[in-house]
Amino acid sequence: MAEPLLRVEGISKSYAPRRGFFSAPAPNLRPALASASFELSKGEILGVVGESGSGKTTLARCVALLERADSGRIIFKGEDLTVLSEPQLRKRRRGIQTVFQDPYASLNPTIRIGDALGEVMLVHGLATRQTLRESVGALLRQVGLPVAAADAYPKAFSGGQRQRICIARALAAQPDILIADEPVSSLDVSVQAQVVNLILDLKDRLGLSVIFIGHDLQLIDFIAPRVLVMLAGEIVETIPADRSIADARHEYTRALIQAVPKLETVTG
Amino acid sequence: MSDAPISLMPVRPGVAWLSKGNWSLRVGIASFVLILLAAIFAPLITAYDPILIDLANALKAPSLAHPMGTDHLGRDVLTRVIYAARIDLQIGAIGVALPLIIGTILGLVAGYYGGWVDAVIGRIVDVIIAFPFLVLVIAIVAMLGPGLLNLYIALTIVSWVLYTRIIRAETIALKKREYVLAARNLGFGHLRIMFRHILPNAIPPALVFAMSDFALDVQVGATLSFFGMGAQPPAPEWGLMIAESRSMMLTAPWTVVGPGLAIVIVSLVVSLIGDGFADKVRRLDE
Repeated sequence: MAEPLLRVEGISKSYAPRRGFFSAPAPNLRPALASASFELSKGEILGVVGESGSGKTTLARCVALLERADSGRIIFKGEDLTVLSEPQLRKRRRGIQTVFQDPYASLNPTIRIGDALGEVMLVHGLATRQTLRESVGALLRQVGLPVAAADAYPKAFSGGQRQRICIARALAAQPDILIADEPVSSLDVSVQAQVVNLILDLKDRLGLSVIFIGHDLQLIDFIAPRVLVMLAGEIVETIPADRSIADARHEYTRALIQAVPKLETVTG
Repeated sequence: MSDAPISLMPVRPGVAWLSKGNWSLRVGIASFVLILLAAIFAPLITAYDPILIDLANALKAPSLAHPMGTDHLGRDVLTRVIYAARIDLQIGAIGVALPLIIGTILGLVAGYYGGWVDAVIGRIVDVIIAFPFLVLVIAIVAMLGPGLLNLYIALTIVSWVLYTRIIRAETIALKKREYVLAARNLGFGHLRIMFRHILPNAIPPALVFAMSDFALDVQVGATLSFFGMGAQPPAPEWGLMIAESRSMMLTAPWTVVGPGLAIVIVSLVVSLIGDGFADKVRRLDE
């Protein structure tokens, strides 16, 4: 098999409480992320499920290099990103983009949408000042927003619209990988489907690889062929593409499935 | 894929916030502009010279010719009060601007980088804050010698720490925000993240504080001039005017009422702006 786009090898991360000047070194803590490994190929969508505090967000931030993993390697396009210094990393960051959970905290309230999108393209030389307006318009259309949105500030938009803008901002960097860290958890159910469909649609059109993180088992099962199940910082099970989540082997995954409320049980 | 109906609320910053019934801000800014214009166009408002001595008219009570009377050297008090606004507003503006700029940059750097940078800046702040504000200003001016330039230097040395504290705290809170994470994720440089993505969101509380600081600096300037350490005679300056006239306070009260009122009014106007601005910031947060 050819080298995958992204190979994560045994990354771990623990958050030690800040040691005071006089206090003893911190005792061994349960790590937020323990030796996580997986691969992601081009155009693939990988699901990650787990309960709150299972290390999903830590995994997302470590893979996006927003947090430095304590150990392990992150090999993106054949290059180990974990050994790079911050300045070296800066140019490569645009390849892995994140859509965060809270759309209300993800957009800078003082920057117009058009400027936020344009800034990304200008910094990375993906557009010139002359073509900027056009490029911003194309991005907005791609996520189903009117071009006029460019002139407004974030407070003019609803949660779902903001999440579209966040997706547009990530796409402005022309990434290879999109990490969606519970992108729909804080949205209304009716809006959730639109945003999920948008991500799936963009994945197909742009050939993106997507890491889709969530706690909604049915949603993840629906969109992702391959699913990682996380518990207490560990990947306890990888459900391959040819198996349904219903055939999960690990007892925790089975418990998760049984915990999903079903309509039939109510109506008899 | 069906599109949600999209409504856009056009927002024009700089105008929208003035139209929200924010009266203290409106009245404050209007009054401040009025005072500023009076200071700039002083020669057009009054025919008298603020410095020229006219002993024939010394200590005249308020009249149509001299609405606030004249001082012991026969100078029109109203004229001197208006001209003094030039010096006093300058003390307020420079006394706020320099500490604001220096304090903001150091606060951003301390909050953003943390670690030893934060520790070094934090300890310097602690040392300066440990001294009482006015005592330290007076000590520094006494050391450097009297005069406005040395007053500005003293005000800057003493009050940048307050801005650093405010901006540092805001920066530490903001750098965990997801839009700052997103900026890092997008490969933006540290300077861009600090000044474009964090600073505009961190600065409002510092600006609110700057308004009360402005009033404080005008008062400190007047106080130091009163002690002979700020503006030097014959320059018109409110504190200095009160100092010069204090022996006549009982026989010719108008000589101290004018400059005293001016200090009170400017402090009040600037506090109004600060209050209104704080109100505006609170509303933005909602």
